Amino acid sequence: MGNFGQLMDGFAVALTTHHLMIMVMGVLLGLVVGVLPGLGAPNGVSLLLPLTFTMDPISAIILLTSMYWGALFGGSTTSILFNIPGEPSSVATTFDGYPLAKQGQAARALTLAFTSAGIGALTGVLVITLLSSWVANFALRFGAAEYFAVYFMAFASFIGMSGGSPFKTLVSMMLGFAAATVGIDTISGESRLTFELDELIGGISFLIAVIGLFGLGELLLTMEEGLKFEGVKARLDIRVIARAVAEVPRYWATLIRSALIGCWMGITPGGPTAASFMSYALGRRFSRRGRFFGKGEPEGIVAPETADHSAGSCALLPMLALGIPGSATAAVMMGGLMIWGLSPGPMLFSTRPDFVWGLIASMYMGNVIAVVLVLATVPLFAFILRAPFTVVGPLITVVCVIGAYTVANHMFDVWLALGFGIVGYVFKKLDYPLAPFVLAMVLGDKAEDAFRQAMLTSDGSPAIFFSNGLVATMMGLGLLLLSLPVLSLLLKGGRAAPKNDAAATPEGRSA
Amino acid sequence: MPKHALTALALCLGLAAPGVAFAEWKPNRPVEFVAAAGPGGGTDTFARVVQSALSKNELLTTPIIVSNKAGGSGAETFIYAKSNKGDPYKLYFGTQDAYVLPLANKLSYGLKDLTPIAAMVFDPFILWVNPKTSGIEDVKGFIAKAKEAPGQLKLGGAKAKEADETLMTLIEHATGTDLTYIPYKSGSEAAIQVAGGHITANVNNPSESVEQWKAGVQKPLCVFESERLADTTVIADGQSWHDIPTCKEAGIDVDSFAQPRTIWGAADLPPEALAYYTDLFTKAAAAPEFKSYQERGAQIPRLLTGDAFKDFIKKHEASYAEIYKRNGWLRAEQ
Repeated sequence: MGNFGQLMDGFAVALTTHHLMIMVMGVLLGLVVGVLPGLGAPNGVSLLLPLTFTMDPISAIILLTSMYWGALFGGSTTSILFNIPGEPSSVATTFDGYPLAKQGQAARALTLAFTSAGIGALTGVLVITLLSSWVANFALRFGAAEYFAVYFMAFASFIGMSGGSPFKTLVSMMLGFAAATVGIDTISGESRLTFELDELIGGISFLIAVIGLFGLGELLLTMEEGLKFEGVKARLDIRVIARAVAEVPRYWATLIRSALIGCWMGITPGGPTAASFMSYALGRRFSRRGRFFGKGEPEGIVAPETADHSAGSCALLPMLALGIPGSATAAVMMGGLMIWGLSPGPMLFSTRPDFVWGLIASMYMGNVIAVVLVLATVPLFAFILRAPFTVVGPLITVVCVIGAYTVANHMFDVWLALGFGIVGYVFKKLDYPLAPFVLAMVLGDKAEDAFRQAMLTSDGSPAIFFSNGLVATMMGLGLLLLSLPVLSLLLKGGRAAPKNDAAATPEGRSA
Repeated sequence: MPKHALTALALCLGLAAPGVAFAEWKPNRPVEFVAAAGPGGGTDTFARVVQSALSKNELLTTPIIVSNKAGGSGAETFIYAKSNKGDPYKLYFGTQDAYVLPLANKLSYGLKDLTPIAAMVFDPFILWVNPKTSGIEDVKGFIAKAKEAPGQLKLGGAKAKEADETLMTLIEHATGTDLTYIPYKSGSEAAIQVAGGHITANVNNPSESVEQWKAGVQKPLCVFESERLADTTVIADGQSWHDIPTCKEAGIDVDSFAQPRTIWGAADLPPEALAYYTDLFTKAAAAPEFKSYQERGAQIPRLLTGDAFKDFIKKHEASYAEIYKRNGWLRAEQ
């Protein structure tokens, strides 16, 4: 249709040697930035921004978005190799990626992640191409109640995810909510839980918590278990990569489900983080191999990665069409747009079609280039794991501490990360799941803001959450997801419980 | 060590003949611009535009690094300034928040921890509605709607107990109405909520809603200034910024409520550095990059430095303190 013709024009703009070189450079820079925890995509893009002042806007945005793709892939790399997610959205990748790497299959895990991420991203761009004009109007229908419903769906689908006791899931989630409230409250303007410490007034950075809980916590555990690190067995074989790429299409059901979740969450304000968690949770429930999730199951990598990247691509659309950034990185890019003299908003598509469609065309190529480049780095990364733990262990510690410091150049954050490391260790020792904590910490304050804004709008009446078809459907789906564990418990009835903590284990809280 | 440097400096100055201007000072390593807002926010854009104006025109040749310390509504930036006393390589970008934040919150910094350098430009505030979903076409309609059902008209803005909510209380006070304020993370978010018809109105800077205006989903009712805006270029509906009435002439008796875009150094900024930066930002305000930023945002070009800026701060802080007192927002004195 009309979009297709414009896309072709876009390719004509984006497909020049100059732009291709920019893409390669951007992806490589992004990879470096993504691999270093604490630096991350938003910081990388904002460091690069001054460089773009003298470029024309199209080259500039291509450079920044390519870097974004590179950083997203880089973030998954550390999730899998060291259990340290570089970005909030790659937390879910650690659940199965790290166990698989620990079993000596790092190359396979990385390849699976990169390939499915590439497929997810391309699906996202395809959705943008086909639906761009429609999506902008659709996003306008999201008020505070609809925002809350999206977050509610993510939480609800997650409740049934962890295999342990529902009580522990709840405790972990509530602690996460508590951590999310630290800092100045949006609605009242008052500071909460800061204990009059200057360092806490900005809230607790998600990266600090993750570096501690996952990176350092895991290190403590590994040390206790006798410095065993199975990475040594990893064979360096190019054929492993080829085989893993060929393996991906076998998970077509997971791919389709995850891409759909990703696109939905990217267009609505849920964002990549909610998308990857939700996709993992639903994968665990609906996949035939769901009960192996958490132990190094390939589908457990494919599900969050596909959703993460399709949501990441789709999230650029609200940024362009409405001027509402879907992620921290998109916010930096939006700042860039304004400096280059472009105003993101509903009129951008008609005033600067060359820019918009050039960008969309570059997203196709940027992702393909990124996948090829990251696949080429797999042997290198897998090689790192061949080093004995006595070398890798201290190295990870150093990376974690530097990462924690880099977030805001505060020594306080380093202590905080070490504290979270101990918390992470205790959590694992006592078999409390970390994932609900992280999810609540990332989405908790957004969900709280949305809930309170909705209640203000409705003068305190909860009927607002069922006031129109859109929000009622989402809340209904959320409630259904929440009650799934209870329903399956009822269905199973008198039957003997399964012998281990399989995913099918009924659990949930009575609403 | 800074103390040491200062002693040395004092010695040098003492030896220099009286009447001779301060020794020429120039940065010889990277300068950090700390923005009291997250990436993409108004203050962040401001800092980055100044950065691009300085480096593109080679006004400042050492690298400039923009960082964001948005925590605590930007308080993080000024607390950071407090810990970098006398450092001429760190500058802090904000709005009136630098001196207004400590009014309502118990914070560990105060105005004494900052050296004012310049207010480079002022952002006017505009009252917006979605004409289609609200049925409001002008200020009269707005006031009528607000009086019809007290507390039912929802007005959105950025954050709580800051400029936007302050302005709303001024509107309430001037018109004798009762509005409900809904805080969002940013002004653009509030604008989208109005465009989508979820809330009735919002107040923000022109640049945050101009695209929605062009798309016909937002309409400016009036501008909170004592005079109309200058720009007569047609934006949308055959109207320019100049065609928007001032709120005073339209029936809301609120005088100028512009928001200054300010630049600060830490306390004890060496006087020669202050002189250097005052001159530098005066030049930057005339750079084409900065001019086009002003035009895009329909901002009021008004550069304040030195004593004029200090006087302004004093008056502005006092007027905020008065409003805060009336609203019961002033932090209880310890």
